[in-house]
Amino acid sequence: MTATSLTSSQGAGRAGDKIFSGAALAAGCLILAVLFGVALFLVVQAIPAFVAPAEDIQGGEGFFSYIWPIVIGTLIAAVIALVIATPVAIGVALFISHFAPRQLASGLGYVVDLLAAIPSVVYGAWGAAVLAKEITPVYNWLADNMGWLPIFAGPASATGKTILTAGIVLAVMVLPIITSLTREIFLQTPKLHEEAALALGATRWEMIKMTVLPFARPGIISAVMLGLGRALGETMAVALVLSSGALTASLIQSGNQTIAAEIALNFPEASGLKVSTLIAAGLVLFVITLAVNMVARWIIGRHKEFSGAN
Amino acid sequence: MTSTLTPTRKRSALTKGQLPKAAPYIVLVVALILGAAILALIGFNAFGWGVVSALLFTVGLVSWSGAVEGSRKAKDKLVTCLVVGAFLVALLPLISVIWTVLVNGIPGIVTPGFLGNSMNGVTGAFDNKSVEEGTPVLGGIYHALLGTIQITLLATVISVPVGLLTAIYLVEYGNDGRLARAITFFVDVMTGIPSIVAGLFAAAFFFAVVGPGTKTGAVAAVALSVLMIPVVVRSSEEMLKIVPNELREAAYALGVRKWRTILKVVIPTAISGIASGVTLAIARVIGETAPILVTAGFATNINNNVFGGWMASLPTFIYTQILNPTSPSNPDPSTQRAWGAALVLIILVMILNLGARLIAKLFAPKISR
Repeated sequence: MTATSLTSSQGAGRAGDKIFSGAALAAGCLILAVLFGVALFLVVQAIPAFVAPAEDIQGGEGFFSYIWPIVIGTLIAAVIALVIATPVAIGVALFISHFAPRQLASGLGYVVDLLAAIPSVVYGAWGAAVLAKEITPVYNWLADNMGWLPIFAGPASATGKTILTAGIVLAVMVLPIITSLTREIFLQTPKLHEEAALALGATRWEMIKMTVLPFARPGIISAVMLGLGRALGETMAVALVLSSGALTASLIQSGNQTIAAEIALNFPEASGLKVSTLIAAGLVLFVITLAVNMVARWIIGRHKEFSGAN
Repeated sequence: MTSTLTPTRKRSALTKGQLPKAAPYIVLVVALILGAAILALIGFNAFGWGVVSALLFTVGLVSWSGAVEGSRKAKDKLVTCLVVGAFLVALLPLISVIWTVLVNGIPGIVTPGFLGNSMNGVTGAFDNKSVEEGTPVLGGIYHALLGTIQITLLATVISVPVGLLTAIYLVEYGNDGRLARAITFFVDVMTGIPSIVAGLFAAAFFFAVVGPGTKTGAVAAVALSVLMIPVVVRSSEEMLKIVPNELREAAYALGVRKWRTILKVVIPTAISGIASGVTLAIARVIGETAPILVTAGFATNINNNVFGGWMASLPTFIYTQILNPTSPSNPDPSTQRAWGAALVLIILVMILNLGARLIAKLFAPKISR
């Protein structure tokens, strides 16, 4: 009837609708496929390293004894980074959210974001050229005065290119991540809680202790976990700063190695089984960071209704 | 009996004394002077002066406050000092990094031909000559700059459609269903993939599909896309979510199809936010080193083909110039080139960051609220 022209144009529109929603769906599924593909291709390319005879792997004692020292090294570097970065980051976040004058706060937030914008290779170059040199006297002092602690056992590295320096550079790199996440959460503390505490005569610190910190605790934990994920996977800072070696307890001697740096330093020249070994190492790193990130996201998700962390 | 005759002001048991308003300034001046004196005894340097003065200031202010105002106020002062101190500590590396890059990078950048030449044919002999005879440092970053731009552009071309469509799916079609929630979760997880693992994935993928040892700019672009897509999805999703529902409903009420509503109403409203999110994502991946290192190899010559041959990029250029100087006996020219490249890279990243802010501000939709 008269409606034919209308229906035909509707048909065209319907096709457009289908194509568009199909494309959107496909893009979403592609992301899942990519993540699955990351795992799949890493596993496929890593299998030769797992099944190869032990003496063919670098070090000659099989994949496991190749990987565990650098897993420990990765954890040491990440833990150093977090131990340094977490208190400072919480302090900076508190400063921006509750201590700085209102007009300054957003500008200061931008300054912290600048820290995040600097490329990692520049941090690595800075750590190797400036920080390592400046910090050597501190290491000598530590070795002389605290040398009885295994982690500060001397003699200190003369170049300063140690796992502790790498950890400090990592701390600088994860600081803005933890800061920006915790700042968001601090700002979301219910104003009425804060004002109630102040009205009861609490000082600013007591107000923060009683209202802000309890409210933000899950957010802080997940922010630290996300920082941990970043610190575990960061490559350049360690590759450029650390003069690597065997696993050692002392943090102020050269030695230790992390997975990411091991891959970056060796992959470009690798071939054959070495490639598989390095990809297998990457798989191990992927699994570790995946687990850390999933736990962090799970904590955020559990407290979604309270925190604005995502 | 005397108190009835001369009324003295009795202090309430609940109040305590207060420090004068100028107390922090007084303590600061005293701390600075004392710090200078102490440092003069053991050898003066500005950094040590700052640290010692800060410690003296904290101790002085807190103990004075403790004596006059009581322990609660003193604790509050202590925490204030710590928090401000944390902020100052966080500023130190930022200032130091920017200062180092500026001081070391400017001599590299002003060398003639630094931006216009590649490293093709520049050997250690030239570097040795420039150190020994003072001739200008040869070689430049043109090939690396070109490679960075090509790789990043290709990564953007891959990531933006995928990321934007995914965001549209999540906001407009997903209805918070199981698939949408799974995608959201895994996008978050993807944000945390270490960059080197993304590079290894791209390398492993192309090794398996094309052939072992495939290293081109395109492989690096795929690796960067893996890092970039989640950032684009998150920022676009946030932007699409804040488009008012009334706009969509008005379009539907006029009989407009959903896909045309999205294309003509929703996206134009959110385009400033999306564009600034994409710019920030580019800024994030343009400085990535590790994924390019394992996927694009090192090149010293200009390569205009993203799909064939090894390709240099600014971050890997910095990395190789520092770790493997062109002339191992005289690393200074290489270091100078590396810092010059670092300065260029930081300038690029800062321009992108500022650009993102400008885009967000200039093209923001005019919604009067």
